[in-house]
Amino acid sequence: MSEANTTEEGGTTASKQDTVTLPARPRSRTDLLRSGFGRNLGLVVALVVLCLVGVATAGDTFATGANVLTILRLAAVVGVVSVGMTFVITGGGIDLSVGAMVALASVWATTLATQQLAVDYGWIFMVSTALVVGAACGLVNGLLVAYGKIVPFVATLAMLASARGLAEIISDRRTQIITVNSFADFFGGSLIGVPVLIWIFLLVAAAGWVVLNRTTFGRRTFAVGGNAEAARLAGIEVQRHTVALYVLAGLCCGIAAVMLMARTTTGSSTHGQLYELDAIAAVVIGGTLLSGGRGTIVGTVFGVLIFTTLNNVFTLNNLSISAQSVAKGAIIVVAVLLQQRLARRSTSS
Amino acid sequence: MTDLLNMMGIVKEFPGVRALDGVDLDVRAGEVHCLLGQNGAGKSTLIRVLTGAHQPDAGMIRINDEAVQLNSPTAAIQRGIAAIYQELDLVPDLTVAENIFLGHEPSRYGFSRTHEANTKARSILQGLGHPEIPTHRSVGSLPAAGQQVVSMARALSREARLIVMDEPSAVLDPEEVSNLFRVIRGLTDSGVAVVYISHRLEEIREIGDRVTVLKDGATVATGLDARETPTKELIQLMTGRSIEYVFPPRNEVPDTAPVVLEVVDLSRPGEFAGVGFDVRAGEILGLAGLVGSGRSEVLETLYGARRAATGFVRVDGAVLRPGRVQDAVKAGVGLAPEERKSQALLLDEAVFKNITVSTLGRFASSGFLNSRAEREEARKLAVALDVRPAGVDQPVRNLSGGNQQKVVLARWLLRECRVLLLDEPTRGVDVGARSEIYGLIRSLASNGVAIVLVSSEVEEVLGLSDRVVVLREGRAVHTGPAQEIDEHQVLDLVMEGSAR
Repeated sequence: MSEANTTEEGGTTASKQDTVTLPARPRSRTDLLRSGFGRNLGLVVALVVLCLVGVATAGDTFATGANVLTILRLAAVVGVVSVGMTFVITGGGIDLSVGAMVALASVWATTLATQQLAVDYGWIFMVSTALVVGAACGLVNGLLVAYGKIVPFVATLAMLASARGLAEIISDRRTQIITVNSFADFFGGSLIGVPVLIWIFLLVAAAGWVVLNRTTFGRRTFAVGGNAEAARLAGIEVQRHTVALYVLAGLCCGIAAVMLMARTTTGSSTHGQLYELDAIAAVVIGGTLLSGGRGTIVGTVFGVLIFTTLNNVFTLNNLSISAQSVAKGAIIVVAVLLQQRLARRSTSS
Repeated sequence: MTDLLNMMGIVKEFPGVRALDGVDLDVRAGEVHCLLGQNGAGKSTLIRVLTGAHQPDAGMIRINDEAVQLNSPTAAIQRGIAAIYQELDLVPDLTVAENIFLGHEPSRYGFSRTHEANTKARSILQGLGHPEIPTHRSVGSLPAAGQQVVSMARALSREARLIVMDEPSAVLDPEEVSNLFRVIRGLTDSGVAVVYISHRLEEIREIGDRVTVLKDGATVATGLDARETPTKELIQLMTGRSIEYVFPPRNEVPDTAPVVLEVVDLSRPGEFAGVGFDVRAGEILGLAGLVGSGRSEVLETLYGARRAATGFVRVDGAVLRPGRVQDAVKAGVGLAPEERKSQALLLDEAVFKNITVSTLGRFASSGFLNSRAEREEARKLAVALDVRPAGVDQPVRNLSGGNQQKVVLARWLLRECRVLLLDEPTRGVDVGARSEIYGLIRSLASNGVAIVLVSSEVEEVLGLSDRVVVLREGRAVHTGPAQEIDEHQVLDLVMEGSAR
């Protein structure tokens, strides 16, 4: 017995030494690439390159404070949508209905009735209407996916169609002008020189990062997206969690609707057109896996900034929207190719 | 006899790990060559190199004295090398015949010939002793043993000269195993070489010709006689230390110990009926039975992962709502499922996240996680259970089977479970780590946990449990103390329904 013990201990120390010395060498490089900073490094470089191109081609108009704020203001709306999308995709789903939910929320929040309430009791009524509409649509999505067992792609595709349709019915396909001055004043205003819209984007992104990385909700999101069966057997309420993810995405759409209403001072059934593609593209090039289980808010924010800056540079150079689309597609492909190379490197062991 | 295959000085590195560090392997035509080694010794990696899935960083591969480069799985297949993997690589939604001929479908002018495929598939299955498997059914609807046969039929359809079998017996019943051996003998008689990987030494003795032992990515012995080499020597070669395959001593469970888990008249149509038993605090109850006897189903049902049709489960006197995992977990029940990788682990997540996933509430205040406390607790458990390597920040994927199992146990240990359900706790765990897992399970029981153990290895059930329930076709045919029954009696019960 005592002999066996000593040999066993000998084995232990030997293998511990192995594990200490072996991994040190080849890891350092991949570790850096895999760490949050390293993964985002590529995105930072891409953004910097874009900015350099902007400065080189349209330096006098691009590199101004006003233009930077314009870029950020444009990025803010789709950015908030993308934060919600990051949660859904990390949790193993997808939401195609975000643009339609933005439209429906904006229309519902700008009907004459809602605006009258806002005039009487304050703009908070318009905001809460938008948020409730967004969250309710998300709830329907979530229930269909989690309990109706409909594939997320299909369930949210149905919502995409019907939410925009409902928005058209409510608005009678007319653009609804916002006449509530207090609303326009608050959301159109600035705080310490920075537009309120940008503050909202920053807040949502920061909150999203905290929730995803520092809370039980976030941890469960990774678990559900990474291995739903294991999560279920570990005692996580997978269905309830899935519903919560879609509600969160819907809520983000409600916030985005408010921001869009402020930027355009209208509510319209054509708002948020193709937001689903912009948001998914931003999430994917940011480094979130479409198959779920891995996601990053910081990456998503960079993804949004890259696309918005690209638009801005193209617009300043008087290039067509079509050319922008081509460049967008190319960026998506390159980013995903790079991402796959990293993923392969990290799972090959 | 000339060598069919020579592998010399094979080296394969992954980021952070040197998985293979100079492996040699010689296989002759017509022999069953067994590959032994602990988890993490490099067996799987070696197989992947041989089948072209991985490219070696150094070393040489010769087939029939001709140096070859196996750049891709296709290249390996063309050289006559086929493999049956541990995790079956079948497409569940395709039919049996389509799976067998996947990649080389019988066709004419680009149109597939379904009838021909079915006929050929039938004749291959016939040769394997399984004419009853319908070639037009989808593979996903077959039981595990049937899928294994399909996997083997696929290898045969390639007319392979060398077939690698990675733990083919893991999902098979004793009867199926003897059938497998019959097939293997038929293959070797016709000159095919088989590389056979298994953790079960008795199988290696029965079917093997020669043995190569791997340890820490290198060959430590080769060409050993599979029948004559003493077990002790093999274990010593594999582990580098001499240990016996021992079960920890039982401790007396007093009659006064409270009954923690009561299972009353549990049934699920088509799976099992009228199953009932009690487990006291500190007691290990073993469920023995063949694959398909309902043993895993019983376990999953009392965990709530399946909904019971009749009957109920009580933990500490409180009835659990059927089909609610959350209820069971709240009541203090934990499950270490059979399929660790797909049912228990988040493979790409860090060890500590896998340990704390069922106990997140404890590390959170109003939803915010304290990762430092999480890591700290996980590290303590990792040290206590001797999880290797010890770092809790690396992904679980990098750990060997035995260490992954320890992570699952640590998860429920952290939750301070009242009842622990273990489904095949040592499946895919190598000999050296097994005794450790056994000791761990026993010490959990000593701390007052009620444990239900399911295992296809009768020896394990008898050696580890205090009491056993023998299941046959979904019904309990025997319940009694583990010491009062031996392996033969259990096998008789399992096969015949009565002890002779």
